[in-house]
Amino acid sequence: MSDESGHHAYLPRDRSWQPPGLTPEYRSSRLRSPRQPLLRLPTTLSEETGPVFGHALLGPQDDDLIHNYAAAGESALGPRILVHGQLRDQSGRGIAGALVEVWQANAGGRYRHRNEGYLAPLDPNFGGCGRCLSDANGYYRFTTIQPAPYPWPNNPNAWRPAHIHFSLFGPAFAQRLITQMYFEGDPLIWMCPIVNAIPHRQGVESLIARLDMDAAVSMDMLAWRFDITLRGLEQTLFENRSEGL
Amino acid sequence: MARANKPLPESPSQTAGPYVHIGCMPNYSGIEGIYAEDPGRQILDARTSGTRIRIYGYIYDGDGAPLTDAVIETWQADAAGRYPSPQDTRGAADVNFGGWGRKPCDPQTGEFRFATIKPGRVPYPDGRLQAPHITLWIVARGINVGLHTRLYFDDEATANAVDPLLVQVDPQDRVATLIAKSTGGGGFRFDIHLQGADETVFLDM
Repeated sequence: MSDESGHHAYLPRDRSWQPPGLTPEYRSSRLRSPRQPLLRLPTTLSEETGPVFGHALLGPQDDDLIHNYAAAGESALGPRILVHGQLRDQSGRGIAGALVEVWQANAGGRYRHRNEGYLAPLDPNFGGCGRCLSDANGYYRFTTIQPAPYPWPNNPNAWRPAHIHFSLFGPAFAQRLITQMYFEGDPLIWMCPIVNAIPHRQGVESLIARLDMDAAVSMDMLAWRFDITLRGLEQTLFENRSEGL
Repeated sequence: MARANKPLPESPSQTAGPYVHIGCMPNYSGIEGIYAEDPGRQILDARTSGTRIRIYGYIYDGDGAPLTDAVIETWQADAAGRYPSPQDTRGAADVNFGGWGRKPCDPQTGEFRFATIKPGRVPYPDGRLQAPHITLWIVARGINVGLHTRLYFDDEATANAVDPLLVQVDPQDRVATLIAKSTGGGGFRFDIHLQGADETVFLDM
């Protein structure tokens, strides 16, 4: 609802749909999850506002992970892919101008990070980060290489499914979200304790990108479609009802 | 176009993981040459209006060990209590103030620190003024959904006592977990405890 202070309340987060804080099978959550209930309150201006990111922020290759860290004339190793989709709010409306930041392992499953010591080699032509702004209808796209699964020390023989990390910035700080995109058909998805922190199978399904042959570029790259939903305004649903749209 | 009244489900959150720096602060993580500057590195510049303050502290896990791999984001109003955001329609905010910061915990000590200005007061939905505060969002390995909390100031005792959010904290002795302590010279110490007797009040807003 809007009121005299100009505030527009966001729908409360559905905590039964989101992962709980404590998911013991994901070991790192044990000491890092609050044990007291969260204080649940309606949003205020402090949550309903957020920083603005403009195109001046972006460099020409920010959305091209195949080339943005590569030496001149070279490119990252691995299957070339296009990742794209729509960023929308809970009313289904596209979110324009949202900052989408991504990071990932290389085609051998190795991250470029000081704390990472996996056997697979670094690719000198792959940094592993990229970003873009969603367009007027909420669509985003970037090109990259398909990351590989990799082992991690959570439990014996634990492997992360291939994934790309996404950080999303809608217009309101209340919408702030970090998540991960998985790839359709990867059998490791259903064995992963991080994935299995999500309580509902449909929730997991919503993080699995679908092979999108319509967007694939012939003789160049396959495409994966991944739509993302951020929190929406209460008012939008109310308006739809009252106007009978 | 017909739209269902039932809202679409929000995309499930997943942990930012141990390598969040690669995507959110690549220059800091040693991946240089892609972005000119890591976003959120500076919240203000020399022209920003307001009282300069410095915030520093640690994020402790359930064993009392400081997190060395977390990232903390900050969002706040300008010195006049306006947000530099099109969603704040009450009037123009300070054009020299971004309001948003993103900082790593130190990889050795775990300390986070950011330089900013003291925010002004912002109205609650019912029109009452809130005490000056900074909104915080914490992500790290082991945190499945980013944690929201707020930082208030110990030199605002009068405003804090009637703050519409703080008065709803139950039990009231947990309010202390949301108050940064002045250390002099514009410095404020704010420690965050993920678990334990001093567990910080986290918000679901």
